[in-house]
Amino acid sequence: MIATDEVFTAVATALEPFRKEGIPVTAETDISQDLTLDSVAMLDLLMELEEKFDVSIPLNLVPEIRTVGELADTVRRLKEG
Amino acid sequence: MGLFDQFQDLMRSHAAVKAIGADPFGVTMERVVSPTEAIVEGRPTILVGTNNYLGLTFEPSCVAAAADALETQGTGTTGSRIANGSYGGHAGLEDALARFYGRRSAMVFTTGYQANLGIISTIAGAKDYLIIDADSHASIYDACKMTAATVIRFKHNDPADLDKRLQRLAGTPGNKIIVVEGIYSMLGDQAPLAEMAAIKRKHGAYLVVDEAHSMGVLGDKGRGLAEVAGVEADVDFVVGTFSKSLGAIGGYCVSDHPEFDVLRIRCRPYMFTASLPPSIVASVTAALAVVERRPELRAKLWANVNTLYDGLKRHGLLLGPQKGPVVAVQLPTPELAVQAWQALLQSGVYVNLALPPATPNGASLLRCSVCAAHSRHQLERVIDTITEVAYQIGVLSEPARAAG
Repeated sequence: MIATDEVFTAVATALEPFRKEGIPVTAETDISQDLTLDSVAMLDLLMELEEKFDVSIPLNLVPEIRTVGELADTVRRLKEG
Repeated sequence: MGLFDQFQDLMRSHAAVKAIGADPFGVTMERVVSPTEAIVEGRPTILVGTNNYLGLTFEPSCVAAAADALETQGTGTTGSRIANGSYGGHAGLEDALARFYGRRSAMVFTTGYQANLGIISTIAGAKDYLIIDADSHASIYDACKMTAATVIRFKHNDPADLDKRLQRLAGTPGNKIIVVEGIYSMLGDQAPLAEMAAIKRKHGAYLVVDEAHSMGVLGDKGRGLAEVAGVEADVDFVVGTFSKSLGAIGGYCVSDHPEFDVLRIRCRPYMFTASLPPSIVASVTAALAVVERRPELRAKLWANVNTLYDGLKRHGLLLGPQKGPVVAVQLPTPELAVQAWQALLQSGVYVNLALPPATPNGASLLRCSVCAAHSRHQLERVIDTITEVAYQIGVLSEPARAAG
């Protein structure tokens, strides 16, 4: 449902360096299990997205974000205020 | 799945480090001889990784005060301040800290970790915002986890980013509480506090400064970065520790807030732990008096900082961005850092090894902390040994050596 929007594309692009070989990044990709980024890389990535979309992503929300789609949803929701 | 399976990755990386030689995270000082020397693995070793900035761990007046308190008041308080009562020494130390900072109130905690945990987690209510530096110490991050407040990180030492984050919150209800550190423990850089204080005023926020590594080190009176930056009036809460410049253990917070004392019956890391033993309280009280009485210790520390920082820099080693009592030598990879750390220990020099993810930007560091008690001779040996090891592992190359 969100696979084509700008936020999802940016999130998927930012996660590209952490993609495991042969596995595409989709909305259902589990960030901690299907990708190779650790918690520190995740925080750096969030900073990058915050910069790009001019939002602050509260740290409290991070544990609830499981998939790439959920991350894109969170950014979009914050952006829309 | 086994209970400890979650630690598999951690155990694997720790095993890889240990396979190279001694365990950097399990060093035993067989005998500590002075603030700057110990016997490690049977060898006399120069200590350059202690955070003992003023060298007060063997200060005679502190040792005597601790010994006397031990003899006359016993080994421990066996309970918390709230449930089991305070000793006169606790109140005396709090008075002395409030006087030292020129503040209305002070509160003593059992560790520095608990001071951050307690103050930050308690002052931030459910509808408030904590705006923390991205490179904050674990105790600040852990405090954030204990609150229902919204936690937002800003880019390390970046006032413009802090301003932007506060701007985004403009008009939203709830207090905004900024948390920064005086000196950051890994790279030794200082917060741009004057600019941050101006931003705090602009947005009507509160400001907490953790002076753990800067108390006793910065400022004519040794009060830390806020003193040097001339913004003490803008700092609502100063948090600090007794385990660095004051040479013992414990933590504190000072503030001018008129209702500060309510924290004593609300702050869980203060209420539900045993209070500091009389001997520690006595040695810290004596150490605080030394900080006030002997500014020459701070001058000696900074002379030593110049010796070590300039000496290592001259050889072409990559150091932290700002000169200070934490001198971090940056190495290209964790493997080289482990190798260098072990070679140093075998040559009788103990520094701290700091590896990702505990370090900013994935840096691999040989973290040195300078002590006022280091002799020139010791520091020259440290510089020579670190440089020699850097050549051995190929971090420095021969032409630079000739130039050095």
